[in-house]
Amino acid sequence: MTLVNWLKRHLVVIAGLLTLAYLLLPNVIVTVFSFNNPKGRFNYAWQEFSTDAWKDPCGVSGLCASLSLSLQIALWATLGATLLGTMIAFALVRYRFRARGAVNSLIFLPMAMPEVVMAASLLTLFLNMGAQLGFWTILIAHIMFCLSFVVVAVKARVMSMDPRLEQAAQDLYAGPFQTFVRVTLPIAAPGIAAGALLAFALSFDDFIITNFNAGSTVTFPMFVWGSAQRGTPVQINVIGTAMFVVAVLLVLVSMVVGNRRKRQKA
Amino acid sequence: MATVTEAPPLAPAPGTKPPRRRGRWTPYLLLLPGLLWLLVFFALPVIYQASTSVQTGSLEEGYEVTWHFATYWDALSEYWPQFVRSVLYAASATVLCLLLGYPLAYLIAFRAGRWRNLIMILVIAPFFTSFLIRTLAWKTILADGGPVVGALDALHVLDVTAWLGWTAGDRVLATPLAVVCGLTYNFLPFMILPLYTSLERIDPRLHEAANDLYARPSTTFRKVTFPLSMPGVVSGTLLTFIPATGDYINADLLGSTDTRMVGNVIQSQFLRILDYPTAAALSFILMAAILFMVTFYIRRSGTEDLV
Amino acid sequence: MKTTKDTTTAGHGGGDVRLTGISKTYGSFTAVHPLDLTVPEGSFFALLGASGCGKTTTLRMIAGLEEPTAGTVHLGDQDVTALPPYKRPVNTVFQSYALFPHLDIFENVAFGLRRRGIKSVKKQVDEMLELVQLGEQARKKPHQLSGGQQQRVAVARALINHPRVLLLDEPLGALDLKLRRQMQLELKRIQTEVGITFVHVTHDQEEAMTMADTVAVMNGGRVEQLGSPTDLYENPRTTFVANFLGTSNFIEAEVDSTSGDEVVLKAGGGKLVLPAARTSAPTTTGGKVLVGVRPEKISLTHADDAGEIPEGRNRITGRIADSSFIGVSTQFVVDSPVCSDFEVYVQNIDRDARLVPGAEVVLHWNPAHTFGLDAAQSLLAGTVGSAGVETAEEEVA
Repeated sequence: MTLVNWLKRHLVVIAGLLTLAYLLLPNVIVTVFSFNNPKGRFNYAWQEFSTDAWKDPCGVSGLCASLSLSLQIALWATLGATLLGTMIAFALVRYRFRARGAVNSLIFLPMAMPEVVMAASLLTLFLNMGAQLGFWTILIAHIMFCLSFVVVAVKARVMSMDPRLEQAAQDLYAGPFQTFVRVTLPIAAPGIAAGALLAFALSFDDFIITNFNAGSTVTFPMFVWGSAQRGTPVQINVIGTAMFVVAVLLVLVSMVVGNRRKRQKA
Repeated sequence: MATVTEAPPLAPAPGTKPPRRRGRWTPYLLLLPGLLWLLVFFALPVIYQASTSVQTGSLEEGYEVTWHFATYWDALSEYWPQFVRSVLYAASATVLCLLLGYPLAYLIAFRAGRWRNLIMILVIAPFFTSFLIRTLAWKTILADGGPVVGALDALHVLDVTAWLGWTAGDRVLATPLAVVCGLTYNFLPFMILPLYTSLERIDPRLHEAANDLYARPSTTFRKVTFPLSMPGVVSGTLLTFIPATGDYINADLLGSTDTRMVGNVIQSQFLRILDYPTAAALSFILMAAILFMVTFYIRRSGTEDLV
Repeated sequence: MKTTKDTTTAGHGGGDVRLTGISKTYGSFTAVHPLDLTVPEGSFFALLGASGCGKTTTLRMIAGLEEPTAGTVHLGDQDVTALPPYKRPVNTVFQSYALFPHLDIFENVAFGLRRRGIKSVKKQVDEMLELVQLGEQARKKPHQLSGGQQQRVAVARALINHPRVLLLDEPLGALDLKLRRQMQLELKRIQTEVGITFVHVTHDQEEAMTMADTVAVMNGGRVEQLGSPTDLYENPRTTFVANFLGTSNFIEAEVDSTSGDEVVLKAGGGKLVLPAARTSAPTTTGGKVLVGVRPEKISLTHADDAGEIPEGRNRITGRIADSSFIGVSTQFVVDSPVCSDFEVYVQNIDRDARLVPGAEVVLHWNPAHTFGLDAAQSLLAGTVGSAGVETAEEEVA
């Protein structure tokens, strides 16, 4: 009876943790199989422990080149989308202008459309224009679909900002430019950073839109896709595991630093 | 004594500047580059696609707009099973995401205490590994004769799912169940995050107030917590359903030719068969269907202000 | 009192604020009706009114944060109407302070100096932080300070620039009652010390009366009355002012006769005397006048002892409807034929045990405490709950 009661009381916790396990299980598999030494071309069944792939992560031709290309595209796409998106967000929150509704729907629609539709229609445009598919078409596409997410992230932050802060800056002899640099930008920074991070993650991991508009250019997700057809090298798991570990470490370090700073000041 | 009187309205005194009009053009200048980008690379392509869908011709001889609407009819009559499948799989994945995601979001919002940040990180962390690699991991997890399939078989779960048509024989891979499982996995964080956001906004004192007013925990959930989390439920289901409908990666990696979704058809028509009009028509139908369903859903759930 | 200056002679100092025909409209809504107002140099001036009365808009037009629809703003001899806020020698203490959350206390206070290109700010900032007793907190962020401390930072951040005028927009609204009383004295002390003109916007009549030399009571975008706190309290010229500053009882009366500096009025069956100097209404015989009297000016005597009341006092009979004991005094509500709900505050010196609800009583007061108002206005204007006046709690929330 007490066991039943205990289960009843902790039902939510148990169910939640099971979901968490479901979310994390593939990452565990990816990590474990980065130490596999598979027999055939595919790395789906466990054979024996080996650190060969970790010693030579770039050992597969094209893998590291695709990784570096993906990083470059993600960086440029982040820069472009963050710049354009931040400008739109400021205009939307701070100014009154005509056709606000139309602007809002133009920003909302890309988020409400399946990627495959955007990918296919963009490809028809590029085909019609006779554009050479490759780095530039990928970059254009990435900036396009990251833009809306940046707008949403920055808008939320700017909206919650007290307009009196900027008035106070003006009252204290800061002209429009000084006010923007000294007050508006620093306070909006967390929102802009969040938008940029999101854009980077979306661009780096994008497959569908890239698949349509890349031509013969190979980004990292496209390399993984191709290897799923031809044979998955263990190095893919090495890269996946390394990305996971680095990201979690970065987040943990920033949290610890933030906490310590808070404690010092209090 | 300081004085106060009412004066007639004055025009600005001569010599003073007219009222300042700060930044009349600023909003348009700020909007221009980004909106142009969206217009040229998002809106214009949709129009191009619409035009492509009513063209006839061939790759070699070129295409011409002939208002050939029959393409739509042909595409629908040939690929309606893929359309139906897409909606069914996406809907199942959305329901599963809600059922799995709600307890976790609730746990983070109300029960996690000092573990809250850690669990949040663990929810987001998988994002940092390429989703294709993670989807491939499901091939290992659901491998034929593996521990998961073995356990399901021993518990006779596979008999039930096979009878329902979700699995075939003692396999899970290459069946609808595997595809739905992959879709659920891939879009689960998009359900959890909005759910968490709306749950976290609920004042915990509302729970106490409900308990105080004779509501049992289950009633409190039905009458207070769940209704207040509706914005999260609506945006979570949209963020799951829309991309899941157009997805072709899970169907390709975890499914078989019998589980092809509309995304697979569009992809192969565009990139392999190079039948652009059919591909454009399919893509246009998918877009229209999703916009229609989303609008209907938002109206019904009474959260129009959400967007 | 520093306020007894004439407009024509006040134009030279540099610290006086002169608003000429200034008004503000938003579309069809008029926030501030054309208004002339002079705040003399070195005075502590309060704009008092309920939320939406136009007081904050007026303040923001002085700061340059709001463009007037018409009219001019002068600081001393300088016309600043067209100057943006960052070029005006005026600083503001904002409602809820608007401290920069990303800068520490020191940098918040130094902000204005740095923007004006002053390089060595350390000494000035340290001195200013000492003045507001926050020397220890210089390197903390605003959110780490209490409400009272944040308030002092906001004052220091504005004062360090030696503005010609300091504008305070509900500076104490976010503080609890006890802290508010303390800060009122503190602000008054600082103002006396630095001698800068303060223009203070508030909805709290007690705050305005405690701190200001001159109070302008605003209502519906107009100044209803302007004067020293005692003047406004003792001689209100409208029911709005009479009700908004403290509590007033009103009796509708008819002018019976005028003799010398006294007006004799008929109300119900009795007669009341009103000093002619204390009425803002016309007193032609037969005309209507509103007679007002403050609750604390009234004495309460049991009807059995009516004979002991001295001659020459205004008197009214009634029955006690309700009484509440609040320590220093007892507040009675009395029903009388000429006015229901007559409020009377009696000091608890010798308590008469017969004065309980239901008792027949006589209300009487010195005629000198009576004031007369134009009868053609709402009795309820300016009371809590009437249109246009919200309670203090709403405004804070």
